[in-house]
Amino acid sequence: MSIIEVNHLTKYYGKARGIVDVSFDVEEGEIYGFIGPNGAGKSTTIRLFLSLIYPTSGCVKIFGKDCIEHGPEIRQDIGYLPSEVFYYEGMKVLDLLKYSASFYKKDCSQRLLELADFMELDLKRRIDDLSYGNKKKVGIVQGLLHQPKLIILDEPTSGLDPLMQQKFFNLIREENQRGATVFFSSHILSEVQKICNRVAIIKEGSIINIQDIKSLQKDNYKRIRLTANNLDAQRFSISGVNNLEQQNGSLSFLYKGDINSLMKLISQSELTDVTIEEPTLEEIFMHYYE
Amino acid sequence: MNMFKKEFLMKVKSIASWAISIFILMFAFMSLYPSFSADAGLLDEALANMPPELLAAFGMTDINLGTVAGYLGFVFLFIQICLAIQASNYGFGLVSIEERELTADFLLAKPVSRTQILTSKLLAALAALTITNLAVWLSTLLVLNLFNAGNEYHLTPFLWMLASILPFQLFFLSVGMVISLLVKRVRSVTPLSMALAFGMYMLVAFGDMLGQDSLELISPFRHFDASAILSRGGFDMPLVVINIAFSLLAIVGSYVLYKRRNIRSAI
Repeated sequence: MSIIEVNHLTKYYGKARGIVDVSFDVEEGEIYGFIGPNGAGKSTTIRLFLSLIYPTSGCVKIFGKDCIEHGPEIRQDIGYLPSEVFYYEGMKVLDLLKYSASFYKKDCSQRLLELADFMELDLKRRIDDLSYGNKKKVGIVQGLLHQPKLIILDEPTSGLDPLMQQKFFNLIREENQRGATVFFSSHILSEVQKICNRVAIIKEGSIINIQDIKSLQKDNYKRIRLTANNLDAQRFSISGVNNLEQQNGSLSFLYKGDINSLMKLISQSELTDVTIEEPTLEEIFMHYYE
Repeated sequence: MNMFKKEFLMKVKSIASWAISIFILMFAFMSLYPSFSADAGLLDEALANMPPELLAAFGMTDINLGTVAGYLGFVFLFIQICLAIQASNYGFGLVSIEERELTADFLLAKPVSRTQILTSKLLAALAALTITNLAVWLSTLLVLNLFNAGNEYHLTPFLWMLASILPFQLFFLSVGMVISLLVKRVRSVTPLSMALAFGMYMLVAFGDMLGQDSLELISPFRHFDASAILSRGGFDMPLVVINIAFSLLAIVGSYVLYKRRNIRSAI
């Protein structure tokens, strides 16, 4: 079953573009990555899921129900972590979390304490006094304490130190194994690469590609670096070669196509070194943005 | 209920400071009444020599500062300005503060409808105003007893004057709210509430000065003119109907606008 169905979703803010004709499905149990640079329309899409804003045209169904008509009902099972976390000032962490829990039908007090403990969050502090990273932790606990079936993360890791990021990823994986579907928006590709099954790439308000993370990396491109004396860059500008760069007698490029014909070409040179590796998502991504 | 409780608790400080300020204002003004009353003749003579436009601007035409009703009616104008600012503050801030500080993202992602949110907030604001209202009742009755200087007065007109507080504040609350929903973003609440409260007051003040009263019909300071209520011993019903119609229209409009509103993000 599709947890999220996005149908020809378009949002304009007056004349300014939000997103244009976006369609995709998120299946149950997936960790779905949503990547694009700032201003591409990631937050707009998420805000439409939550009916924080209303679409110009198109619709979103979550758990098979229209997200505007059945908004309150479907939000029982959604956990949302906004990119910018600001919470009522003057409130203590525990008060805020209890307030958050009071909206849900189930009893969340046990899970609340577990999560706070896991994220090393001090419940007695006032939210005003917290650092950005600690506020972010409040956001994480607040978004997960009701054990939602769908977790929506909008650039969740900014402000968290690497150790906390790791903990956070483990937490998300755990929730995923428990059966939660995760929608993960980010502009940091390595983190999407680390955790997601599928990824949609959004650029200037439109989806430009949706792919399996594995096929995105493996089936398409190789990152190749050659070192040799008297390398002639010209000979390597064949079809399938991208981002050809020459530096101090070494040549590097991205290759997509028949590996054998490339190997033949390489074997004609007297090499001192060669590396063939999976390109990072960043490199593939830059390619989509060219 | 959880939202109502939180909204109300966040207003406790504000309620206390408004109630205390209003009490002090009333106490300070009324404590002067006994000495005013003693020299009532002199005072009325002095007032009679002032230009009528100036008196009109302060709502002091046809006022007899020597009587309890005349004096308290005059003082009540200042109380009304306070009440108007307080109610406008709550109205303008009802949803805009949440949007400006981005807690709207938190609240609206919870499993509640916009109607539930607005209703809880509105009821919390009304509860806060009601408590202030009670404080004004108590202060008024107290100063009436303490500082009547032995002059006779009838209590009923004062009860009518106090009863006007609820619809008076409801007007500023609902109009503030609907204005905040008509604009994209409210940057700061206080200047807007000052403008609304003093604007409405000025309409009446200038209307009196110019001897025109068509514009005044939209101002609660005319609908619930304390001196008029005190001298008449009741409300001017057509004006009250206008007032309540404005408030209802603003409330219905607010629900319609809020249900359709796009909540802006941080950027």
